[in-house]
Order: sequence, then structure tokens, then C-alpha cells
Amino acid sequence: MRLDRSAVARFLAKRALLSLATLAILSVIVFLGGQLLPGDVGRAVLGPLADARAVALFNHQVGVDRPLLVQYWEWISHFVLGDMGTSFTFRAPVAPFVGAALVNSLKLAGLAFVLVVPLGIAGGVWAALRVGRFSDRALVLLGQSLGVVPEFISSIVLILIFGVWLRWLPMSADWPEGAGWLTQVRYLILPSLPLVLVFFGYVARVARVGTIEALDADYTRTAILKGLTMSQVMRRHVLRNALLPTITVVASLLGYLAGGLVVIETLFHYRGIGALIYAAARAKDFPMLEAGVLTVGAVYALASVLADLLSAALNPRLRVGA
Amino acid sequence: MSEGTAAPRSLARERWRVALRSATLLTGLAILGFWVVCALFGARIAPQDPYADNLLATLAPPSAAHLFGTDQLGRDILSRVIIGARDILIVAPLATLLGTVLGTSLGLAIGYLRGPLDDLVSRVIEAVQALPLVIVALMALAAVGTSNDTVVLVIGFVFTPLIARTVRSAVLVESDLDYVPAARLRGDGALAIMFIEILPNVLPIVAVEMTVRLGYAIFFVASLSFIGFGIQPPSADWGIAIAENYSLIGSYWWTVVFDAGATASLVIGVNLVTDGLASVFET
Repeated sequence: MRLDRSAVARFLAKRALLSLATLAILSVIVFLGGQLLPGDVGRAVLGPLADARAVALFNHQVGVDRPLLVQYWEWISHFVLGDMGTSFTFRAPVAPFVGAALVNSLKLAGLAFVLVVPLGIAGGVWAALRVGRFSDRALVLLGQSLGVVPEFISSIVLILIFGVWLRWLPMSADWPEGAGWLTQVRYLILPSLPLVLVFFGYVARVARVGTIEALDADYTRTAILKGLTMSQVMRRHVLRNALLPTITVVASLLGYLAGGLVVIETLFHYRGIGALIYAAARAKDFPMLEAGVLTVGAVYALASVLADLLSAALNPRLRVGA
Repeated sequence: MSEGTAAPRSLARERWRVALRSATLLTGLAILGFWVVCALFGARIAPQDPYADNLLATLAPPSAAHLFGTDQLGRDILSRVIIGARDILIVAPLATLLGTVLGTSLGLAIGYLRGPLDDLVSRVIEAVQALPLVIVALMALAAVGTSNDTVVLVIGFVFTPLIARTVRSAVLVESDLDYVPAARLRGDGALAIMFIEILPNVLPIVAVEMTVRLGYAIFFVASLSFIGFGIQPPSADWGIAIAENYSLIGSYWWTVVFDAGATASLVIGVNLVTDGLASVFET
């Protein structure tokens, strides 16, 4: 098949534009959530006992007494240039906080993915080779059950086992100042494990279905019939095709992951984006909250574009179709 | 599949037969049923008063007197775990019900009417899905304040677009079948076609979707309660109990382990029911 470069470009441009449109709608939702939902922002921040004049003054100072459209434009036009507004709590620009927190969260999420992707694929392929047997059914059920247990529950169990009883791993992610990356990884293993447990079932399920389909396909039968060894067939024909859907699911998990981070980062005292959103929600620091939430949305949008790119690079059919 | 030839009554009987044989479904129902009984009759089942302090017996390890030990205020943990099923089993199903009713209506409307409304709503649904539900809920609850009522409303509204999406795609399939144009030719109004003609045919999908959502709702209510944005003290809710005690985990494991186990068993039980139901409806 001839590789049509303009078709590739058009496909990717379309996906990128769609993501941008989604992000634009998201920014409106986030903005309305932070500005409109509280009703009176000053009242929500200062509390029911605050003086009416103080509330009015606060609203004027932070600019929420202006028309909504003006506020939205002001907010989003600065946001895309990197100025995310001023925190109510810290009276300082929000962007540096969000940036530092995002880096921390990406470290944690990165470690979780490094652990869960190979484990999940291995589990899925293992189950696919035993399809219909008890061990297949047991693994699927186990993965599914682990996937529905809230992260704080698995965290508690993991802390008890590895932190309290075995004393193998530190119970908080708060590593000493200036720790090297190896120490950082050591402190991050325990917080990343609940994410691994939640996602294992998803990755394994997709890899399992992909492998079963690839094992069933005509090209696999042909490969076996033409005399390739089983390991060659697995590597060249089965695994390569089974991995495609797995990549897409991993990218979509990235968005979901941030929800788990809220709980896990709070529990393990880790200064990531989840803990930032949580603290901002507690303190009713709406500029910080909006910036954190929209950043999570942007990371998700970026991840899905990257997943499209990766799928396109791996799958010739996608390069011209769609 | 033999579905096409089977008469409706024997299909229903076949489904019952599969349901009664499904170990997954029955195990799930047993677990769920256990906690529902605890939620309904907890006050009578609990061996001791779950709210009574006993400052002479604080943080006592499990013993014959207190099978699950006592907490920081000397309250009997077994009794609190039993009564703790109550609030989550009120809030999560109500939120699911709200989301299902709203989502099914919205899904029927956009799936049947299509047009620009469908495009717009579908885009908004996609945008909402770019955010984890916990974060959407956190943001909304920070804005409107936390109480059992607002948790129900927020989770219900967050579920609405997700359920609408599932119902919409089922409605799209149904709209192509002969009975829908037939009803239209007969002169039935859009509302009548949506709710009288199409709805009964998508109900199995709605039912499965609802149990899936119930599992998620329990997951969210538990997580939100744990971080202080869900059910509020003095409820004996499991998430709250774990939040209050997890700093003691190093020396007093029993103050969190039983609540954690209860939460895990409930979500896994609901998940087993979902799984079992899905296979029954596939029959």
C-alpha cells in the first residue's frame, strides 16, 4: 500500500482540531464551574459571617463583579499565554504552583505506567493463551475486581503490608530535600501501586481481547502454516496487532488517572496536581482550582492526540483511512 | 443466536435460568444483599451502640468483647461497620437513579431527534469525559458546598451525559427498525414514540448501564467521603472512618482494616452483579 502523506497529515490535523474544540468547551465548563456555581464568589470565600462591604470589595478586587463574557475572555486569553491568574490563598500567580505540581504528578504517573503497561500486557497475553480455562477466568475476574476498588482502600492495604508490617517502603512520598532520582523512585513505589492495581485489569482486558482476535485471524493461521515457530508468530503477528488497542486504552487511562491522583497524593502527602486541586477545593481558591482542572483536561487532550499519532505510526490502515 | 426464533416468554424464562445458574450474579447479589440488610436493620443487628463513647476502652484491639476492636473514642468498630453501610447505600443509589432518569431522557431525545442539538450535546459530553469524575465532582462540591443532597445532585448530573451517550447509541439502532417509522406514519408524537415505543426496547441496556453506574457511584461516594467532600460526620460511614483513623495505621490497624474490607466487598459485590446481569441480558 502506498503511504499517502497528505492523508496522514489531514487525519492528524482533524484529530488535533477536534481536541482543541473539546478543550474550548471544557474551558467554558470549568469557568462556569468556578465563577457561576458558587453564586457569590466573595461570600463563598469569606464565609457567611463576613461583612457585606468586605464581600463586595473582594468581588471587585478579584474582578468577579464584571460581566461574565468579559471575565471569561480575560481569563482564557491570559491562560493560553501561560498566565493562569492569581491565587486567592497565596496572593501570587497560580502558574508556578501548577507547573511544579504537574511535574511531580507526571513522575508518579510515569512510574505507574512503567509498571502497569508491561504487567497488564503480560497478564492479558497469558490469559489469552489460556482462554476459557479457569486461570483465564480467574485473572479476568481479579483484574476487574481490583479495578473497581477505590484507590484509598488499596492504598491502605498496601501501606499496611509494605510500610507497616514488612517495613520495605516509606509510607509517605515526602522524600528528603535534594534526594537523587533513585531515592525518589523508592519513595514513589508505594503511591504508584494503587494506580497499578486499578489499571492492571483494564490494560490486561484490552491486551487479552486483542491477542485473542489476533490469534484467531487468518494471517496468524497462514504464519503458522508456512512454518514459523510459535514464538516468531507471537512476536511478529500476534503481539504487534494486539498492542494497538492497548495503546489507545492506556492514553484514555491517563485522563482517568488524575482522578485517582487526587486521593493518592492527598493520602501520601505528595505535592502533585491532584493534591493541588484538592487543596484549592478545600480553600475555595477558585483561580487555582480552575487552572488545575483545565490543566488536567489539557494533558488528557494532549495524550489522546499522542495516542492517535502513535496508532497512526504503528497501523498502516489508520494512516490512510478514517 | 437463537433469540430471533424464541417467543418472548421463553426468552424471559431462559434468562431466569441463566441468572439462577450464574455464580457471579448470585455471589454479587449475596454480598449486596448482606450490606442492604445491614443498612436497613443495622441499628438492630449491631451488638453495641455504634455511637456510644467509652473513654476507658479506647483503641482496644479485637477481642471477645469487641470482635473488631474499638476506635479512638472507644466505640465498637463492628457495630460501626454494620451501621456504616447505611449512608453510602442511600446516597449512591439515589445519585444513580437521578443520573439514569435524566440521562435516559436526554439520550432518547438526542438519539431520536438528532440534528444540531445532538451535535452540541455530544460535544459537551466529550468535553466532560476529558475530566475524571472525581475532579468534576470536587469542583462542583467546592462551589455549592457539601451535603448528602449536593453529593446526590452532583454525581447524578455528572452521570447524566455518560448515561445519555450509552442510551443515545442504543436509540440510534432502534430508530432504524421498522416499528419506529410505522409509529410515525400512524401519527404518534415524538414524545410518545420516544417513551412508549423506543424506551421499552432499550430498557435492558439502561438496566445494565444503571448497575455499572451504581458501582461507580459507590466508588465515588466512598472516595469523596474519604477526602471530606462526601458524606459528613457524625455518620459512621466507612470512608470517613478510614480518613479519621489512617494516621493511626502504624499501631492500630484494626481501626481501618475492617472499614476498608467492607468498602472493597461492597464495590466488588456490585461489580459481580453488573457482570452477571450483562451476561444474562446477552442470552
